[in-house]
Amino acid sequence: MSSLDWSVNQPKALEVTGLETRFHTQDGTVHAVNGVSFELREGELLGVVGESGSGKSVTMMSLLQLIPIPPGKIAAGSAIFNGRDLIKMNSDEIRGVRGGQIGFIFQDPMTSLNPVLTIGYQLTESLRLHMGMTNEQAHQRAVELLQLVGIPMAESRLSDYPHQFSGGMRQRVMIAIALACSPQLLIADEPTTALDVTIQAQIVDLVKRLRQEIGMSIIWITHDLGVVAGIADRVLVMYGGQIVEEAPVKELYAGPQHPYTLGLLGSLPRLDSNRNDRLLNIEGQPPNLSSAPVSCSFAPRCAYAYDRCREENPQLKPISGEHKIACWWNVKKGEPRYDR
Amino acid sequence: MTADKKVLLRVENLKKHFPIMRGIFRRQVGAVKAVDGLTFDVYEGETLGMVGESGCGKSTAGRTILQLYPITDGSIHFEGRDLAALAPDELRKVRPRMQMIFQDPQACLNPRMTVGSIISEPLDEHSVVSGEKKRERVQELLKLVGLNPNHANRYPHEFSGGQRQRIGIARALALNPKFIVCDEPIAALDVSIQAQVVNLLEDLQAELGLTYLFISHDLSMIRHISDRVAVMYLGKIMELANSHDLYRDPLHPYTQALLSAVPVPDPNLEAKRERIILTGDVPSPANPPSGCVFHTRCPVAVEVCRQAIPEWRELRAEHWVSCHLAE
Repeated sequence: MSSLDWSVNQPKALEVTGLETRFHTQDGTVHAVNGVSFELREGELLGVVGESGSGKSVTMMSLLQLIPIPPGKIAAGSAIFNGRDLIKMNSDEIRGVRGGQIGFIFQDPMTSLNPVLTIGYQLTESLRLHMGMTNEQAHQRAVELLQLVGIPMAESRLSDYPHQFSGGMRQRVMIAIALACSPQLLIADEPTTALDVTIQAQIVDLVKRLRQEIGMSIIWITHDLGVVAGIADRVLVMYGGQIVEEAPVKELYAGPQHPYTLGLLGSLPRLDSNRNDRLLNIEGQPPNLSSAPVSCSFAPRCAYAYDRCREENPQLKPISGEHKIACWWNVKKGEPRYDR
Repeated sequence: MTADKKVLLRVENLKKHFPIMRGIFRRQVGAVKAVDGLTFDVYEGETLGMVGESGCGKSTAGRTILQLYPITDGSIHFEGRDLAALAPDELRKVRPRMQMIFQDPQACLNPRMTVGSIISEPLDEHSVVSGEKKRERVQELLKLVGLNPNHANRYPHEFSGGQRQRIGIARALALNPKFIVCDEPIAALDVSIQAQVVNLLEDLQAELGLTYLFISHDLSMIRHISDRVAVMYLGKIMELANSHDLYRDPLHPYTQALLSAVPVPDPNLEAKRERIILTGDVPSPANPPSGCVFHTRCPVAVEVCRQAIPEWRELRAEHWVSCHLAE
């Protein structure tokens, strides 16, 4: 399935509504995710972009109940996957989903593999657990998986330990583990951030190929707007624990409508731009999440902010077709959005 | 850059090898050739970008130039004086002229010192000013990097990442340096904060006439900030040219692959781009390949690349490359 085949009419693979996650710490409550709603269609690659602290990782980890509870707490929301609510599942049920129907790739390939277990063991663990394979079958499948992600001499490398692999190779192993049970949904949390550009290109290439071969839905979390442009069908932009803009990838890059997205794209030096252009600044600091948002969380840094932005928190609403934003200002017309 | 450019720093055949010790007698069994023969000039007032993947030796190069490591071989001439040949107390007198900005603003500031004492430490160390004058200078520096001068009594943890990087910059500027090595100064910062810091560095350069050696793995940022760019791979410079020529017309296969791997934030362009995907990983600098160090991953390597070390030649005007095949 290529990115062009994806369409609005595809059935939903995942539907998240009103997700709220908080962390109750000694220094007070951190409102990490504040009412996030989105859907993912079958075969779609959804890019999730945001800076650190924007809540992009916590959102996805909440779906699989991977946040530590306590101090974390999923205060509200639902996530319908295969007709069942992931948030309401008990720990046995969710364990059946994790690694089985939903695969997860973590950011840091250095720390998310167990250093004292062989790659083969870590790869076959979920196969034996979720698929009930015998050791013999699991071994066979593990070899196939390593070949699939492009690790040479797969057979002999199964008995190697993580430290015997380079960073890029370890990330391939992580991808192989996530793909082991042929998941319907793959969540990749900054899978290339810790890697060099040439290795990043290898991994992005690999994921593109796997998508065509396997045809799963993918959520790709990143702070790199360049990577998303190359692989995503649709993009969510997150800020302060909320989605501020959602659009098909070409529409987002051709005409960003939220001031934050505009600023983010403007602050990037690009290989295809004029070198001497001064970079656009987003003044100020990311928001402090110590209270639930009552106004637009981007307002203190926003060049277009006016009274309403400081009094009311804008909700994510469509402006045209698939394009949604959470903003009181119409950037195109240069006036407030009177229709909201 | 005009024709009358003045060389501020001249690096010739610079080598830095770290010994590998083994056994109970700690005998040297080999060496990690982190920097293995660099030759380049840095002109006054320019920004020389140094780019490469992790482990290519770019940070070691920066630190060796500042004499934070003793050099293994070669020479470093700063303002006409050979740094490696200077006596320790002579070298100490040169040190204020060259400073460093570090990658991790979290780790490079002492959490137990106030911002004021962090910034005034170089002033104390090189006994330039004291008392009221020193306080004034600290406030002046804080203002210069865009921080509130009244925050001198605060501790680093009270600042955000971007602000901490500004403190690091203020400390580097304290002694009015001529030359600053910026070692991945923005790698640990968020995208929107990166632009703030880069703009600040550019403003300071224009205002104070600074010369930067800007080390980064971010090719787009290097292109933005640098006048000339050196591409490093496994301890050697593969290509050196002014920014415009290097990005428009890269001559070395490694530079070409590196540039094609950088994602561009434009979906239409991304869909059309041809990628050169390099296979494999960077070899170990303890045991670099024979001949051209890049031949193991090079898509166009031929027999001569495996045998002979390519010459460092000026293929076009001001455009240096180390490759047998480039033309």
